[in-house]
Amino acid sequence: MDVLTPRSLDEALRLKAEHPGAVSIQGGTDVMIALNFDQARPELLLNLNEVVELRGWSRENGTLRLGAGLTYADAMADVVADELPALAEASRTVGSPQIRNRGTIGGNLGTASPAGDALPPLLVERAVVEVASTRGARRVPLQEFLVGVKRNALDDDELILSVLVEPSRQSQTFMKVGPRNAMVIAVCSLAVVVDRERGELRAAFGSAAPVARLVTAAIDEAESFPEQVAGAASPIDDVRGTAAYRRHALRVLTARALERCLA
Amino acid sequence: MRVSITVNGEVREAEVWAGESLLTTLRDRLDLPGSKNACEQGECGSCSVLLDDELVCSCLVLAAQADGHEVATVEGLADDGSLHPVQDAFAATGAVQCGFCTPGFVVAAADLLRRVPDPSDDEIREALSGNLCRCTGYQKILDAVHLAVER
Amino acid sequence: MSTATRTLRPGHALPSTRRADAAPKVTGEFAYSSDLHAAGMLWGQTVRSPHAHARILGIDVVQARAMPGVHAVLTHEDVPGQKTYGLEFADQPVLAIDRVRYFGEAVAIVAAEEPEQARRAAAAVRVEYEPLEPVTDPEQAAEMAPLHPDRPTMGHGFRDDARPNVVRSMVIRRGDPDAEGDVAVEGVYEIGQQDQAFLGPESGIAIPDGEGGVDIHVATQWLHVDRDQAAPCLALEPEQVRIHLAGVGGAFGGREDLSMQIHAAMLALRTGRPVKIVYNREESFVGHIHRHPARIWAQHRATRDGKLVAVRMRILIDGGAYASSSTAVIANACSFAVGPYAVDNVLVDGLAVYTNNPPCGAMRGFGAVQACFAAEAQMDKLATALEIDSVELRLLNALEPGGMLPTGQVVTGSLPTRDVIRRAAALPVPEPEELPREAIRLPGGAGNTTRGEGVRRGVGFAVGFKNICYSEGFDDYCTARVVLAEDGSAEVHCAAADVGQGVSDVILQVARLELGTDDVTLASGSTARVGSAGSASSSRMTWMAAGAVQTACRAALDERDRSGGAVDVERIYRHPRTYPLDPETGQITDGRAHVALAVAAMRVVAEVDVDLGLTRVVWIGTAQDVGNALNRTAVEGQIEGGTAQGLGLALMEEIQTRDGVIANASFTDYLIPTFLDMPPVVSDLVEEPEPDAPYGVKGVGEPPTVVSTAAIVAALRDATGRELARVPVRPDDIAGL
Repeated sequence: MDVLTPRSLDEALRLKAEHPGAVSIQGGTDVMIALNFDQARPELLLNLNEVVELRGWSRENGTLRLGAGLTYADAMADVVADELPALAEASRTVGSPQIRNRGTIGGNLGTASPAGDALPPLLVERAVVEVASTRGARRVPLQEFLVGVKRNALDDDELILSVLVEPSRQSQTFMKVGPRNAMVIAVCSLAVVVDRERGELRAAFGSAAPVARLVTAAIDEAESFPEQVAGAASPIDDVRGTAAYRRHALRVLTARALERCLA
Repeated sequence: MRVSITVNGEVREAEVWAGESLLTTLRDRLDLPGSKNACEQGECGSCSVLLDDELVCSCLVLAAQADGHEVATVEGLADDGSLHPVQDAFAATGAVQCGFCTPGFVVAAADLLRRVPDPSDDEIREALSGNLCRCTGYQKILDAVHLAVER
Repeated sequence: MSTATRTLRPGHALPSTRRADAAPKVTGEFAYSSDLHAAGMLWGQTVRSPHAHARILGIDVVQARAMPGVHAVLTHEDVPGQKTYGLEFADQPVLAIDRVRYFGEAVAIVAAEEPEQARRAAAAVRVEYEPLEPVTDPEQAAEMAPLHPDRPTMGHGFRDDARPNVVRSMVIRRGDPDAEGDVAVEGVYEIGQQDQAFLGPESGIAIPDGEGGVDIHVATQWLHVDRDQAAPCLALEPEQVRIHLAGVGGAFGGREDLSMQIHAAMLALRTGRPVKIVYNREESFVGHIHRHPARIWAQHRATRDGKLVAVRMRILIDGGAYASSSTAVIANACSFAVGPYAVDNVLVDGLAVYTNNPPCGAMRGFGAVQACFAAEAQMDKLATALEIDSVELRLLNALEPGGMLPTGQVVTGSLPTRDVIRRAAALPVPEPEELPREAIRLPGGAGNTTRGEGVRRGVGFAVGFKNICYSEGFDDYCTARVVLAEDGSAEVHCAAADVGQGVSDVILQVARLELGTDDVTLASGSTARVGSAGSASSSRMTWMAAGAVQTACRAALDERDRSGGAVDVERIYRHPRTYPLDPETGQITDGRAHVALAVAAMRVVAEVDVDLGLTRVVWIGTAQDVGNALNRTAVEGQIEGGTAQGLGLALMEEIQTRDGVIANASFTDYLIPTFLDMPPVVSDLVEEPEPDAPYGVKGVGEPPTVVSTAAIVAALRDATGRELARVPVRPDDIAGL
């Protein structure tokens, strides 16, 4: 096993092209667990910590560009929190302060867990994922990027560069159910935007289907929306909760979220 | 592979296994076992250190990622033999029982007080919710943080 | 200073003093077992069974032995002496022989230069298994093929039960259990499998002494019983195996049984090098025993005015693959099944069985936790049925000194049940908080799931009790050795394990008091330097260590008076003797079965989001019978910490198995309470000296764990109106799914 530590994006893309099997590591909050528990022994690790281009956020016209290395702590502060309040709320539910200081949005996308906390708030904000390789860059809508349980649309030689969001600036919230009051993987989670501008309700849930899933409806369908969201789920029974509970909770959460956002 | 890390102000070099965590390097290569190996999955905070001034779980940092960076561990908190106010408060209030979580707690609490000099109960509880303690039920840890503020 | 000014009297607990180990613990200098290093040290790794039940057809270590850095790969064939060991019954193979009986059972061990080399070699050990149908339902176990055909627990004075897989069956019968009351309530209760989840993983280092013996530095609860189990397996005399106490990162019962001790010693003796083994968190979950899951049926009958007439209970506990302390756990569960109440007519039917589930043994509360959860739910049901206030009902039936336990034992020591109940009930409950509130002050916490929608408040109350010290005729003793130097300084030796509870400070406090000098040091615990202290368990260590140190100090002073100069004396302290229960009736034989009892009452305020099934415990108030508290801060710490573990069992903690395989062996999926889950705890210490104990002390660690699960779930029932007969309470149960 060896570690490659590129110092620039170009170098990172070149190394990834040369070593498509290299496992990217940024905040380490997923990769390190696999290493510590002998669940993965990749030949190469690609340490992205030194790639400055992946850090922080920027604004390009009306679009917020969240670098793949943006941490949850970053997402809870300043402009990002103001423009994407549901993402900030979701970030606050991620692990502990220690995890929020290290874990990144890019890592959440890379792992593509159905429980990824950043995914529902990004889905309801119609985020687009920017990926690149030495062959060039491409943009993939987030719901197309997430293709299955811990599977994404990234090619072997590609890296996640950023997430692009045009903040809706519409009323939104995020909620996450867990069996204790801090430090939980979502039993299920939900982000909701009531988009008055587009006349649309958007909800996205986590941990209730193989991927975090987006559900939309016309704004006048608020009454049936909880049922629509619960109906779009295809949850399973696992150690964290039952399928029946997840469906039930999504119904309750959606109704509460709408009440919050319509108030 | 070889890494060079500034630990508690001192440049330290070590030969590490590529898949090794910063926690393991600190404990087993650099003779700094104060950071604890309770879960190695970022769930307990016992291995908390500052990496470039940010509170992190050292079990989730690849040793190679700390190469060229600054790390502050519990061993660096006390100043010339006199306890950091947070350490002193933990000892004074009964916040220490088995003590396995204590190094992580004092590092996290000291970090909190650096950012928020006089936190409320709720702020303390939330800021330290990533540090698990199995012995105390947390109450005397809460007392300790308040006492550290007073001092 | 003369001793007269330092007499310990009730109500005169020392003001909070700093623990002797506090400074090294806050600086990170304190050496836990996982922190130890030795020159030339190798790293050990354990190969474990992926099956809950399988026949071993072959073990191939050839490839593993040839791997880089590997110094030894050992199997059952390499166990030098006795092939099996056990805390009470030697029914567990040191390394699996022809069969594995639980998920994670040790099959082979490896030593290598680097941890990663040891892991790779362990992964290269090829074990061929023929999976067998696992026995996983304890209800069926006594009708299934025997997992231990040699019946290791039979013939030890327990009731003879010919059924397969019975570890111990027991009956306590008193009076006429069929006596009718005016009202009867009935329930079936279930308690999930809790884990001690101490933070310091199993670890230690074994160092060969070059003369065939070995020194083992380890985190344990009982040094001498580790030695006495390890020595025969290593084919060594007890003196050749020296166990030294390393820093203990919590225990709670989970370090009573051996983990890596024999394995590290085998590797060290084979390689001639020190060998360190450190379990990771996943391995820790399979590397120690758990709290017994239990199913309890209970029927309580009472008169119209609330006097208990008869209680009948059936208690089934799942001991898992090996006996550990299951025989004592079922005895405790049955002994305390009724709770601290006087009842003339009782029938308790208890059964502990072998299965292929994870082995279970000691955990804080030891059988009384499970029983209390069922019994207190029954008392609340009875109060509801009778329309009597639930606190009044408990006061009406409270067992006090002079009263009789269902075993026929008359309570002779202190047991201020009524006082404890009254004082807990009198603690002022906080007013409901206004809305809106920060998310973390609502059920669901940081998850932001409610702003008050669905939230209801409930108040619960429960009482629990338990024995202090070992019972049923066990020869329970503690040794202390005092060395007085010419200069008046003293060194105390005692193998009492400080597992975090602070027994070291008790020892120093007693020694300083008795010797009349502050110049006292406590030597680190070792089987090489002092006799057995017994286990740091059963809320016994403060009492026993205080007794032993007091006795040894007084003997040392006498000796010095007689002979002058330096003295070195070792003394053994025993608490008043206990006697076995009659195996057929569960009644006492020649005298009491339990030496002392301690009782706690607790009041809990909880808020429940009844739609989502999420909870927030808001406040806990408790009054506990603590004897004479030697150190108020330490006692409060035990109450607060013990309560948190009961809260964990009530709300979140459960080892989940599928066909015997643990599905959540991690802190990601086995959840313990965080800072945001534990409310403030108000502790009222009821200090009534225990007549049989030195300085009138009582153990304090277990009663809070016994009572808190029951009290918290009572509050949830009050908030939801649901029966909630199972812990941990799942969101589904509250939401009614």
